[in-house]
Amino acid sequence: MSPDRPGDGGASDGLGGRVGAVGDRVRSSMERLPRWQADAVVIVAAVLGIYVLFYVLAWGQGLDTNGTVNTLVRVTFLMAAYSILVLALNLHWGYAGLFNIGVAGFMSVAVFTLAIVSGGGEVGMGYPIWAGMIAGMVAAGLLGLLAALPALRLRADYFAIVTLGIAEIVRLLMKSQWLASHRLFGDRIGLQGSAPVEVPSVQQYVYEFLTEGGSPRDEPTFVGAQLFEFGSWLDVQRTTVMSGAYALVLVVAVVLVYVLLSRIAYSPFGRILKAIREDEGAAQALGKHTARAKIYSFVIGCSLMGLGGMLWQASRFTVSADAFMPILTFYVFVALIVGGSGSNAGSIVGGVAFVGLLLQGPRMLESVISEHTDVPGTNTLYDGLTPIVQGDVMPLIGYALGNIDLFQRMFVGVVLIVLMLKRPDGLLGHRKELAAATDLSRPGGGNDE
Amino acid sequence: MSDAPTGDPTGTDAAAGGAAGEDAAGSESDARGGPVEPDATDVRDPILSIDGLTKRFGGITAVDGVNLEVERGSITGLIGPNGAGKSTTFDLVTGFLRPDAGSVHFDGRPITGLAPHKVARAGAVRTFQITREFPEMTVLENLMVAPPGQRGESLLWSVAPGTRRRVVAQEREVAEEVWRTLDRFELDHLADEYASALSGGQRKLLELARALLTDPQLLLLDEPMAGVNPSLETKLLDHVHELREQGRTFLLVEHDIDLIMEHCDRVIVMHQGDVLAAGPPETIREDERVIEAYLGEDV
Repeated sequence: MSPDRPGDGGASDGLGGRVGAVGDRVRSSMERLPRWQADAVVIVAAVLGIYVLFYVLAWGQGLDTNGTVNTLVRVTFLMAAYSILVLALNLHWGYAGLFNIGVAGFMSVAVFTLAIVSGGGEVGMGYPIWAGMIAGMVAAGLLGLLAALPALRLRADYFAIVTLGIAEIVRLLMKSQWLASHRLFGDRIGLQGSAPVEVPSVQQYVYEFLTEGGSPRDEPTFVGAQLFEFGSWLDVQRTTVMSGAYALVLVVAVVLVYVLLSRIAYSPFGRILKAIREDEGAAQALGKHTARAKIYSFVIGCSLMGLGGMLWQASRFTVSADAFMPILTFYVFVALIVGGSGSNAGSIVGGVAFVGLLLQGPRMLESVISEHTDVPGTNTLYDGLTPIVQGDVMPLIGYALGNIDLFQRMFVGVVLIVLMLKRPDGLLGHRKELAAATDLSRPGGGNDE
Repeated sequence: MSDAPTGDPTGTDAAAGGAAGEDAAGSESDARGGPVEPDATDVRDPILSIDGLTKRFGGITAVDGVNLEVERGSITGLIGPNGAGKSTTFDLVTGFLRPDAGSVHFDGRPITGLAPHKVARAGAVRTFQITREFPEMTVLENLMVAPPGQRGESLLWSVAPGTRRRVVAQEREVAEEVWRTLDRFELDHLADEYASALSGGQRKLLELARALLTDPQLLLLDEPMAGVNPSLETKLLDHVHELREQGRTFLLVEHDIDLIMEHCDRVIVMHQGDVLAAGPPETIREDERVIEAYLGEDV
């Protein structure tokens, strides 16, 4: 039935076979690397792939060097922010099997706690930023504990509803006009209603590390001067260098979170979490205190979500409750599923791929298309659809480009469906990341037989 | 194999006197002697004693004042028609269900209503009627979960830089023990497979091996031979006998009555939520009420 021999090329299965063989060879050489090195190779490869894509897109947009670097910095920042959140969610969903769909809520509690503890303005108490960051993580962890204590007795689906409910309650409380206008013992109990709240950020401290006043116009510090010198040599402006430095801080945070979560994953504790995910009753029957492990992992994951939220959202200097809509949680979930839940390296790859290909990619592509083609602006879907009868599809494309956010969400949905059908374990699925603190192969030499 | 029961001369007929079983009306005395009392006193050194255990689900009383004892170091069979309350009794003993009344003592200590992990830590470990392996974990990982006293199960020990080394050292010890178990159960060639890839019989083996790694005194096996092919069944039974020789106690629920009669030192028969009879297999085999409960079946 198959006249094509594998060597002939051309035939799709021959090509697929060859790609598969290359994949196998790469995989087998990867397996010889230590675990963390293999992870690093995969992650760096994914990031470089996204960089190449964005470099091309920036070139297509006709951006200069500074604009291109700025684009890469922006996407790096988002990739790192998502990676922290996805790693935290992986601890919940990928490891312990806890279906937390309130990610945005745990982020927002941390961000608003930071605003209250370290912020200025009407709501802030003005403590140092590190105190605010710690308070934010503790607050997110405590909210997690509050959710976990009663709710972990519930079945997984009810637990999910509790987390979603908590996230929405937090969001609505934060923007409550009623709370904002009432006072308790002379203090206002709410925040500023729907008005944005001023929030301090680590970003400011990074900036002040580079220039005396923390603004690009100020006198650079010693470190700042070196970096700006390097930047001007590359034709990159000060503002880009400064936001690049902050993106680097987030990358460092990703590494730290990854190290922490890897230690958890490759340990007897991580093994219990996995056992809980697979069959909690069976784990209990083996004498494992599953409730305690669930609570610990949930609280830690919530704290890390708070950390991710603070590093990301606070860098906007003001924050409003509507930055934490449920769609954010959904995006983090999609990123986790894309990467492969249950794998920490997969979580980072998922964050990178999601930001690059699904979140920022389509927007960049839209700019490129708008730059190079003369697409009419179309205001309504009706105006886009009716000219098709006359064979003119440009108005529809114009509508699509004008509403790229809408189509981007549809795209995310389609990708999710395809992925669930074709690769339910994500890009890095089927990786047997053994939950053990050491190599478990047969003592005294490899597997004989 | 083991055809020697606990060798209790008084067990058969003579012990009917003081026992106070609820339904022991004694009306249907048998030509061969008195019926075996449900609370037969032929258990000298019980590792597990259940007293008046009751569980109701709505209007249905699944377990109705059960009294039974399991002799230390024995292989005790628990049989009965479907719906007799065997699995519910297992759930009640191991903490998966809370009893409405009655008490359970294990090794002299009360374990009534304790959480499952506490019962398991006390030394009474169960397996499940439908195997409950961890499907998306390898066979090796499945077994690595089980051993008790792993320091790394504490989050801090696993994460903190100073203590991590000791966790790693202990992992090596645990891995060695697990590999010995893998060899013993001839699962070593499957070590890196996901548990979901195993056959039904292999899963039963895996579950027994996993339960064993918790180093229990009493193993409660819920239908360990169901769906297991004959050669594997022999293997499983060999394991059971070998482990019994090492001093472990077995309580097994099984539907295959011939198997129970052949391999158990003592048999407890449940019927409609209560213990109908208890005693050595040869007595049970001839007990009229048991025959009646299994109407038409050749006991």
